[in-house]
Amino acid sequence: MARIAGVNIPTNKRVPISLRYIYGIGPKNAVDICKALNIPEERRVNQLTDEEILRIRELIDREYRVEGDLRREVAMNIKRLMDMACYRGLRHRRGLPVRGQRTHTNARTRKGKAVAIAGKKKVTK
Amino acid sequence: MPRSVWKGPFVDGYLLNKAEAARASTRNEIIKIWSRRSTILPQFVGLTFGVYNGKKFIPVQVNENMVGHKFGEFSPTRTFTGHSSDKKAKRG
Repeated sequence: MARIAGVNIPTNKRVPISLRYIYGIGPKNAVDICKALNIPEERRVNQLTDEEILRIRELIDREYRVEGDLRREVAMNIKRLMDMACYRGLRHRRGLPVRGQRTHTNARTRKGKAVAIAGKKKVTK
Repeated sequence: MPRSVWKGPFVDGYLLNKAEAARASTRNEIIKIWSRRSTILPQFVGLTFGVYNGKKFIPVQVNENMVGHKFGEFSPTRTFTGHSSDKKAKRG
């Protein structure tokens, strides 16, 4: 069990894969970290030496914004848009798609599960 | 794709004159503009613009957060008041 960047405990997977369990580290960053520290990609986390884990931890602390900090930054950006009362902020407030997608159909990720409209005629064949 | 940096921000030229005139005349008057496509520049901060939405001039007090956005973003063109909930009642 290795603890990197706070709460994350990646498992007995390859290093680039388990690094991606950290919020803010994706495929690209994970591979970059391995390259920067000369850790072969097929190495698994439980085969890392304590010193290597320490170096990964330091590198992430130094160069990447992850977990709480990143979440806070994202939330701040959204809050800024909402406080400004610009179009994107209004869309965030209403929980609708922000980037001009259609809402006639779809958009279920933003709008949440479909709610049945009372009295709407059922389509029958 | 974003706009090329070498072009600089897009602003309709007459806005600069209008803003300058408003600065010169110390009265805090709403500057009516139709140019929703113009970028908000740092020199507009503190002024109040009336941005046309096709029907009315929406007052927009420019603060430093808004720099880099377009005027149109602050003046919604659509009104959506919501769906009526008594659809069933009408039907019956």
